[in-house]
Amino acid sequence: MKIDKKTVENIAHLARLEFTEEEKLELTDSLSKILDWVDKLSEINTEGVEPLIHMSEETNVLREDIPQNTLSHSDALDNAPKKDSDYFRVPKFLG
Amino acid sequence: MKRYHSLQEIREDIDAGKTSCVELTRYYLSNIKKKSSLNAFLEVYEQEALAKAEEIDKKIAAGKAGRLAGMVVGLKDVLCHKDHRLQASSKILDGFKSKFNATAVQRLIDEDAIIIGRQNCDEFAMGSSNENSAFGPVLNDVDNSRVPGGSSGGSAAAVQADLCLASLGSDTGGSVRQPAAFCGIIGLKPTYSRISRYGLIAYASSFDCIGIITRSIEDAALLLEVVAGRDDYDSTVSSREVPEYTKMLKTSKKYKIGYLRESVESKGVSDEIKKHTLKALELLKKQGHIVEPVQFKLLDYILPTYYILTTAEASSNLSRYDGVRYGYRAEGATDMVSLYKKTRSQGFGKEVKKRIMLGTFVLSAGYYDAYYTKAQKVRRLIKEETDRILSQYDFFITPTTTTVAFKIGEHEGDPLSMYLADLFTVQANLCGLPAISIPNGCDSNGLPIGIQLMTKSFAEQELLAFSKYMLELQTN
Repeated sequence: MKIDKKTVENIAHLARLEFTEEEKLELTDSLSKILDWVDKLSEINTEGVEPLIHMSEETNVLREDIPQNTLSHSDALDNAPKKDSDYFRVPKFLG
Repeated sequence: MKRYHSLQEIREDIDAGKTSCVELTRYYLSNIKKKSSLNAFLEVYEQEALAKAEEIDKKIAAGKAGRLAGMVVGLKDVLCHKDHRLQASSKILDGFKSKFNATAVQRLIDEDAIIIGRQNCDEFAMGSSNENSAFGPVLNDVDNSRVPGGSSGGSAAAVQADLCLASLGSDTGGSVRQPAAFCGIIGLKPTYSRISRYGLIAYASSFDCIGIITRSIEDAALLLEVVAGRDDYDSTVSSREVPEYTKMLKTSKKYKIGYLRESVESKGVSDEIKKHTLKALELLKKQGHIVEPVQFKLLDYILPTYYILTTAEASSNLSRYDGVRYGYRAEGATDMVSLYKKTRSQGFGKEVKKRIMLGTFVLSAGYYDAYYTKAQKVRRLIKEETDRILSQYDFFITPTTTTVAFKIGEHEGDPLSMYLADLFTVQANLCGLPAISIPNGCDSNGLPIGIQLMTKSFAEQELLAFSKYMLELQTN
């Protein structure tokens, strides 16, 4: 499958990434090549086959409903690139 | 100091007063310095490791030491180690420090392993050569112009070059076995869910496994025994009892072994690797095992299925890196979307961005069923076909890789040819099965060759015992 620059731009927005014009061209080419390659799967008849989703045999693993504090407030804030005493700081996003 | 191949050798020498944890740690630290050009470690915990060594020497003297006392290990830069930096060889986690230990790391510490440092890898474990690290490539100690493999390249090169006795890595499509093969050592990927993934940076969650890199089967068995098993912090981890692998390493059974016909016939596999693989199979036949060629009809579909599913899972897993709560944040953002975009575009490397793009595409409206669901269906067919083979054979053998370690830069500009490096290893991850790569001689240039054994779910004990048997056959 061939994808065009517009698709690359659309996907980049969904993935929250941005690219230069040159990078977009390169991605158009390399993603098209990879998609051509994975299109090989269309040769296989998968009618009636259930998708394989879970790889673990464990189901419904539950524990006692006892609250636990695994990460303290200050520890959670510790790695933040920008913070105040209580919160993560981010740019304003409501007009 | 002599080169040790297993913890048992080390413990014997410690008990005989010939060495100590402190001496050993100094030895590995000096090797790390001597071989710093390999670029295997991103960070070395010199003072901390020495202090720990001193503490463990005292414990040994008091008869209170844990099972891993005397073992100096390295951690791939994808495993949380409390109060230590962690960044998956990516700029996007610049400055990040773990707030807790991964369960596997905690269990190493509880048994008195000495953690010597954090090892270089492909960014977010995406790669087969360690060339995708934000901190530069790792070199193969046998030939410095060649790669050590990936993505656990630093972890494998460190064990290869005697910079530590063992490493914990991760294996999503061969990232422990392929570098082990390229470096002439042992790489074990256990059954999916055998080891808790708590504290392992996620790449593709339905494939990811913590893997073990060692110089001996005994150490692989011991490490698996220590780190595997139930964990309150991972609801997908297996609740099955962990067998005492270390006590079951002897085998005298005659096995039925299938090998992938294409792997010893295909033009895509190098002649020397074919030759060595056939030689190993011949040796098994001579010992009275049944050895038969097996055709795997879905071979050509393994890698496409793998790339659709892993990139899809990665695009979702890596959405958490947004510059808000931890790691790198780009300057100059005007609103939230631009903060995310700038941070992620500057923070992630090229291959990671490409895989996020591919994964986002196959999950996007209009393409989801054609790519993602389709690949999940093919995954089931591949698993069923593989399980069928393993119901007829005890082990399924292939070479670990199609070529020996390639030159740095050899696959630049041709990602598909690089992806083929994982052809034989990916199957075990698609099916959640245990597999191991063990050394199988060297080619005429002295470059290591690996042979891979795969078996049924949770049959690690047979896998380890038979691997040990095969290694002994080689030397006898």
